[in-house]
Amino acid sequence: MGLTVQSMKRNSMNDVRLIDNSDNKYVIALAGNPNTGKSTVFNYLTGLKQHTGNWPGKTVVNARGEFKHNNKDYIMVDLPGTYSLFTSSKDEEVARDFICYGKYDAVVVVADATCLERNLNLVFQISEISNNVILCINLIDEAKKKNIIIDKEGLESELGIPIVLTAARSGIGMQKLKNTIEQVSHNKKRYEPNIVKYNSNIEKNIETLKPFLEKLNISNTRWTALRLLDSEEDVVPDKQLHSLLNKANITVDKEVIREQISEENYNYANKLKQNYVSEDIKKINLDKKIDDIITSKIFGIPIMLSLLGLIFWITIQGANIPSQILSDILFGFQDKLTLLFKTLGVSDFLIGMLVDGLYRTLAWVVSVMLPPMAIFFPLFTLLEDLGYLPRVAFNLDHMFKKSCAHGKQSLTMCMGFGCNAAGVIGCRIIESPRERLIAILTNNFVPCNGRFPTIIAVSTAIFITSKISGGIISALSITIIVVIGILITLLVSYLLSKTLLKGIPSTFTLELPPYRAPQIGRIIYTSIIDRTIFVLSRAVLIAAPAGAITWILANINIGDFSILIHISNLLDPIARMIGLDGFILMAFIVGLPANEIVLPVLIMAYLSTGTLTDIGSSEYFRQILIDNGWTYLTALNVMLFSLLHWPCSTTLWTIKKETGSIKWTVVAFILPTAIAFIVCFLTTTIYRLIF
Amino acid sequence: MRILSDVPVGDIVKVKSNDAKDSLKERLLALGLTNGADIEVLRKGPKNNLTVFRIRGAMIALRKEESKYIKIM
Ligand SMILES: Nc1nc2c(ncn2[C@@H]2O[C@H](COP(=O)(O)OP(=O)(O)OP(=O)(O)O)[C@@H](O)[C@H]2O)c(=O)[nH]1
Ligand SMILES: [Mg+2]
Repeated sequence: MGLTVQSMKRNSMNDVRLIDNSDNKYVIALAGNPNTGKSTVFNYLTGLKQHTGNWPGKTVVNARGEFKHNNKDYIMVDLPGTYSLFTSSKDEEVARDFICYGKYDAVVVVADATCLERNLNLVFQISEISNNVILCINLIDEAKKKNIIIDKEGLESELGIPIVLTAARSGIGMQKLKNTIEQVSHNKKRYEPNIVKYNSNIEKNIETLKPFLEKLNISNTRWTALRLLDSEEDVVPDKQLHSLLNKANITVDKEVIREQISEENYNYANKLKQNYVSEDIKKINLDKKIDDIITSKIFGIPIMLSLLGLIFWITIQGANIPSQILSDILFGFQDKLTLLFKTLGVSDFLIGMLVDGLYRTLAWVVSVMLPPMAIFFPLFTLLEDLGYLPRVAFNLDHMFKKSCAHGKQSLTMCMGFGCNAAGVIGCRIIESPRERLIAILTNNFVPCNGRFPTIIAVSTAIFITSKISGGIISALSITIIVVIGILITLLVSYLLSKTLLKGIPSTFTLELPPYRAPQIGRIIYTSIIDRTIFVLSRAVLIAAPAGAITWILANINIGDFSILIHISNLLDPIARMIGLDGFILMAFIVGLPANEIVLPVLIMAYLSTGTLTDIGSSEYFRQILIDNGWTYLTALNVMLFSLLHWPCSTTLWTIKKETGSIKWTVVAFILPTAIAFIVCFLTTTIYRLIF
Repeated sequence: MRILSDVPVGDIVKVKSNDAKDSLKERLLALGLTNGADIEVLRKGPKNNLTVFRIRGAMIALRKEESKYIKIM
């Protein structure tokens, strides 16, 4: 192709340049509409674990993986979903640039069998660019459930490209897909896609432009000519090429041409669907029936809140006993460990640091954090896979609109529940820079993996008085905390768009994907391996040294007090104003690299200063807190502060990368911090006025 | 002149013209809102803000601010 990667001075091309087939590997691109299962196909073929989820916009950057088939090596590139090659959000740009200007040996267009008409539009567009196109009609299992029947042979001869029917999640058709990839990428079988012929005016202009383009040695003349007729420089960046229109004496209204092209593409898609796809209206309307309840004006939001509460309740109740067992085992082992070290003749200081510092913190992290995470994450992923998240966006949209934020901010907010850094990257699905910034700056107000355990542990410890009602009260309090986070998100978005980031909401379209039956086994596997183990190991890695250091600080005295007490005394006055104490504030500061370690460090600090001897471990955590003067106010403010305070360092770094601006990174730090202080100051003042 | 945002729930209509501009126009065309397309109005959301349409076999939610650009026959 005449246009080179170098001539495209775009960031998105950096990803593309990384992929070259220097060592005789075939490069295969995976393109397609959002949410058609590209990442699932990618994972199946490469054995990698790209995140998948039943909502459009899950993948926002290129991912790359490799697989072997018949002794040949292939590099697979998973692209973000895109409706067309001409749309403008950041993630779609990545896909478009790769398809238009990347180097690849074949493109697999993954299409949704239950929505073929819409998906064919992109197939036509890509067929204009490359001859090596494979149409992978995925989700064939879902189509079967809906009584949709596709005449594969008919469609194949009409389109002129190979078609493979697949159900990627269960591996159906994947062998066939690999064989087809082999045939097409090695040019074993040559295909000539039947591309759409447009109206005579457009075709005439293409013919006029072709000689000019051929003179410039541009290989794909038809496609380039079309783009000169219907696009600006964002698609074909070379200014010189655009001046060809003048040379050839062509005056066109690009907008009109684009519209005609889209219309003719879609008319053809519609014709193909009429001829080769048969469907059963009754089955198709099932989703609509479910949505009538889930997204109804009356029940939509109450259902959402109850689901959230239910998830927390199951988490708390379910984690109870495993937590107990783990802590019995791990803390029971502590004495044996001390004894072992003593007989080995290890010094008391070292034993203190290793056992009371390092080991105890670790034991605490594992027994308190592991069980709730292992329950909470799979439940949350379950909702994601069902297709519930876009419905949340639908139900909350009027509020986001009121706060002048982008409608998709509710989706990026939901991503933040997993990890704020991921949420910040996810903001690429928002086109307008102003609203993208708002979404980035407020993403921190939903608790991530790292903060949920803190919030859950504190609420369980303080609000559980009786086993049954305590669980409900804890669940309720966490739900309220999350709702507060959402309200603050809305409020801050509103204030930002009235001050620093003035503007009106930009346009927004939201696709509600069909509900899909989740795969329970895979969900449990991915959420345990990907999320739980990831969060836990991060916590362990940072908590272990932090625990040891905290212990050392607590056991080295300057003057009458340990260093730890000095630090805590220093922070204490400020901390008291917001209803915390010096140790808590210190723990939050130490927790900057990872929020997971806030509680372990705090417990460590409390334990190393108090004269607490081990009490029965069931009430252990609660007792430590109460002995250190915790009240309901302390618990509330710890939860609020955890919810609202500065983002972790990974998130801040991501914000710096995504915004490319120190200024906004600083704002992203100061804004939540100020809000955390203000909110906690208010609750403290009110609490003290009342009691 | 009837516009899409005024169509009551349950009706199926045909697009006469798509008068949106720039990136919105591009997006709507990409979703299949081209002249002559059939659209079914499925549901209105809270505060009648978002409306769900069936467009080319997919369920797409649009605000009034977007759907008002679509003229229908
Ligand atoms: N039933 C069924 N579900 C599938 C199949 N393939 C994928 N899915 C599900 O469809 C959803 C979307 O899959 P993804 O692989 O994330 O889709 P994607 O095309 O990468 O989506 P974006 O990255 O958002 O463009 C997930 O919930 C998958 O589990 C399939 O063959 N059958
Ligand atoms: Mg994906």
